[in-house]
Amino acid sequence: MLLIKCPWCGERAETEFSCGGEAGITRPANPDSLTDAEWADYLFMRKNPRGAHAELWNHSLGCRRWFGVERDTVTYRIAKTCKLSPGKTD
Amino acid sequence: MNYSAFSLLRNALSHNRGWREAWRSPEPKRKYDVIIVGGGGHGLATAYYLAKEHGVRNIAVLEKGWIGGGNTGRNTTIVRSNYLWTEASLLYEKSMQLWEGLSQDLNYNVMFSQRGVYNLGHTLQDMRDIERRVNANRLNGIDAEVVSAAELRKSIPYLNTSPEARYPIIGASLQRRAGVARHDAVAWGFARAADKLGVDIIEQCEVTGINRAGGRATGVETTRGTIEADKIGVVVAGNASVLASMAELRLPVESHPLQAFVSEPLKPVLDTVVMSNAVHGYISQSDKGELVIGAGIDAYTGYGQRGSFPTIEHAMQAILELFPVFSRVRMLRMWGGIVDVCPDACPIISKTPVDGLYFNCGWGTGGFKATPGSGWVFAHTIAEDRPHELNEAFDLKRFETGALIDEHGAAAVAH
Repeated sequence: MLLIKCPWCGERAETEFSCGGEAGITRPANPDSLTDAEWADYLFMRKNPRGAHAELWNHSLGCRRWFGVERDTVTYRIAKTCKLSPGKTD
Repeated sequence: MNYSAFSLLRNALSHNRGWREAWRSPEPKRKYDVIIVGGGGHGLATAYYLAKEHGVRNIAVLEKGWIGGGNTGRNTTIVRSNYLWTEASLLYEKSMQLWEGLSQDLNYNVMFSQRGVYNLGHTLQDMRDIERRVNANRLNGIDAEVVSAAELRKSIPYLNTSPEARYPIIGASLQRRAGVARHDAVAWGFARAADKLGVDIIEQCEVTGINRAGGRATGVETTRGTIEADKIGVVVAGNASVLASMAELRLPVESHPLQAFVSEPLKPVLDTVVMSNAVHGYISQSDKGELVIGAGIDAYTGYGQRGSFPTIEHAMQAILELFPVFSRVRMLRMWGGIVDVCPDACPIISKTPVDGLYFNCGWGTGGFKATPGSGWVFAHTIAEDRPHELNEAFDLKRFETGALIDEHGAAAVAH
């Protein structure tokens, strides 16, 4: 069982949270001029790293706010959690 | 040595001292025509069919651990082909046909047991989806039928078909040709058969880099030195993204732990396979008597071959909803495999932007059943440098064209 520290509510069990996947995926600024390959990259391609991973999580059964998590995908150790600030995704 | 009743007898008379290792452990050569990265069922099947169907003789299979130690030995051994969409069902049906002759073909008993697979329906909408899938299967020449709760009561006596159940069971789809196979035997059988055709199976050999020159793959760096190759096929399941990044490719897959469990051995109590989409669990009984149980993936990505406790709890709740009689059965072991899940729950069996580099990945939670078929079409793709018509639709390009094959939910979900 992961113990995840919500930046607002403190440490809670993983069952209160939902994982939103890879952080730092930026919505294209100019969608009209994107090629099919660029769309595919934005929509589907993922880093899926073995090791340190920056993720978005939602405290869905708590305050329902999104926050950032830095988690190791092999050991599952959470290095840190942080509030998201506008324009900043890591 | 050919396995037969005669060889059993002869070796019994010599106190079983005459048995040889099932495959050699050769030193890697400097260069191969084809290198298969990943010595799981799919990789070994690819090497076997490359040698058998396409006459390629100079092949190596590189495995970072040992044969049968990855997902091939970590699944719930279910084999079926009742997928909804034509592209998927024809691919899995090809695999099913290969399963039906596999023990003879490999001269190795893979214990393929066509004991039937039931996919339960708990709501009116479930039953409509089941009827649609059964009809789609039959149009594609795949055996499928709809069965009622009354028939379920007769064929699976311990299943809780009471209308008082929290999620009452009102019917199911049944594929009679579906069933289970012995997963280790599949890996060992393919390894032995490929080795017999001259394939070098090299264990304890981890690929650490993919060498390229002028847009073409030229070989791999490994923990046992550099090995050159004309063509490289990568079939590494959960580690597909790691291998892709070695060639600066990006894949649309994410790796998740998928858990399975076995109970202590019981006397025969369940002679078929039962899967439920709604409560999300699946169960069968092995020849040793253990209940083999599986459920869904862990919600977050991970490469640790273990899963989380909430997922275990969820799986057990689902099984007890179906079979209250198992409430006092003790679980013996649990384990996790790393599955690479595609956005459309269908595999990628494809050429890549790098010439001579091929990927077979994205099988997600349902790869075991496809083992022979996956190897068969991937061997064709590598040998001919173009996909077989059965895997044309499973190209990496479908994420650009938008021609996804959405088997999420459609394919009786729980793999």
